[in-house]
Amino acid sequence: MELHILLIFMIFAGIIAIEVRDLLSSVVAVGAVGFALCLAFLILKAPDLAITQLVVEILCLIILIRATINRDLPLTIEGRWVFNTLASIVFVAAFLFFAFHALKELPAFGEPIMEVAKKYLEEGADKTGAVNLVTAVILDFRAYDTLGEATVLFTSVIGIMAILRRPGRKKVGS
Amino acid sequence: MTLYLLCLILFCVGLYGVLRKRNIVKMIIGLGIIEYSMNLFFVLLGYRNQGRAPIEAQAQDILNMVDPLPQALVLTSIVIGLGITALVISIAIRIYDKYGTFDITKIKKLRG
Amino acid sequence: MIDNPKTGMSLIVKTVTRLTVGLILLFGIYIVLHGHLSPGGGFAGGVIIALSFVHLMLAFGKDVAVSKISKNLASNLESVGALMFLSIALIGYLGGSFFMNVLEKGKHFKLFSAGTILLSNVAISLKVGVGLFAIFLALVILERSSKEK
Repeated sequence: MELHILLIFMIFAGIIAIEVRDLLSSVVAVGAVGFALCLAFLILKAPDLAITQLVVEILCLIILIRATINRDLPLTIEGRWVFNTLASIVFVAAFLFFAFHALKELPAFGEPIMEVAKKYLEEGADKTGAVNLVTAVILDFRAYDTLGEATVLFTSVIGIMAILRRPGRKKVGS
Repeated sequence: MTLYLLCLILFCVGLYGVLRKRNIVKMIIGLGIIEYSMNLFFVLLGYRNQGRAPIEAQAQDILNMVDPLPQALVLTSIVIGLGITALVISIAIRIYDKYGTFDITKIKKLRG
Repeated sequence: MIDNPKTGMSLIVKTVTRLTVGLILLFGIYIVLHGHLSPGGGFAGGVIIALSFVHLMLAFGKDVAVSKISKNLASNLESVGALMFLSIALIGYLGGSFFMNVLEKGKHFKLFSAGTILLSNVAISLKVGVGLFAIFLALVILERSSKEK
């Protein structure tokens, strides 16, 4: 019941974030979506994810505000607006129709089929010695995925340091 | 079932933002909403009725635990989403410094 | 932390920052070290450590934060963190295969249990925390240089 209310709040905040003309207001609305997601993780009994989502959301908001604080321009509506909006609404409606038929194949909410996870839950604490089972899964049973994620973050930091370089260099020999 | 459908409606709100908006920062915000909705969908798949968090404690009165495997995957995905957002924002800042606008219909000059 | 009234934010923000920035760093280190006993782990703790340095930079201006960790030191520390994680993976060859947990596993609920998970958490937190601070440093240096032009 609480999850339904949180999800409807997130949908409204998402629509506000996309439609509002001022850039700073839409950044604040995306922050509201992120905080509601942190609450949803707490209701779904995932405390690791709630802590991580909260602090990552704060850092993401700081970076977004730094990018949009002095750079704002008014927009005008151009031609072919009716056809574009209608085409995208038809596309979204077709996507939702097919997704509804595909979602019927999933097991009901609250009764997952835990075949692999049953082994992790029973033997995880004894085989690894860690009490937190999520940490045991990401750093012992599936440590290769964590290595891949460390590589992705490393690539992103290198990319940003290469893009945001100070423009202009000293000329050689002058 | 209705929870999964509401999650996909949030995905469609973000998708509409990526498709129809002309401001680059609005597109980035739409991409962020898509990421949030997909993380929530994964964690919804692993919930068990009357389960508890997958951490063993010394005094236990509820015996079932929720599924720890989707939580491990989503933990990685949240931090990767931050890296993606930071990289795309830095590209948008450079575009603004070069062209003076965030509007994608005015960025047409292809130089060197 | 010397107070230069021209840079950074107002006096109230600077006073509160002097009190809280050390506590935030200590809380981040606690969450990293107890990653196998309570919720948290390397990723959340690393982002909290990065947030403490960003807090210092936002309140006092760029120069004070750069004097604590400069740009070269941030790049080098991040590479050290990544290499430490890889070497923990390669040590697993002593036990038989890649990423095998070779150190001893103690009793449950103690701090020095769970083999290599503690060292992996420290390596990951170093990498994530210093890397995110380096991203923010690159953003601020570009702002400053484009304003001076």
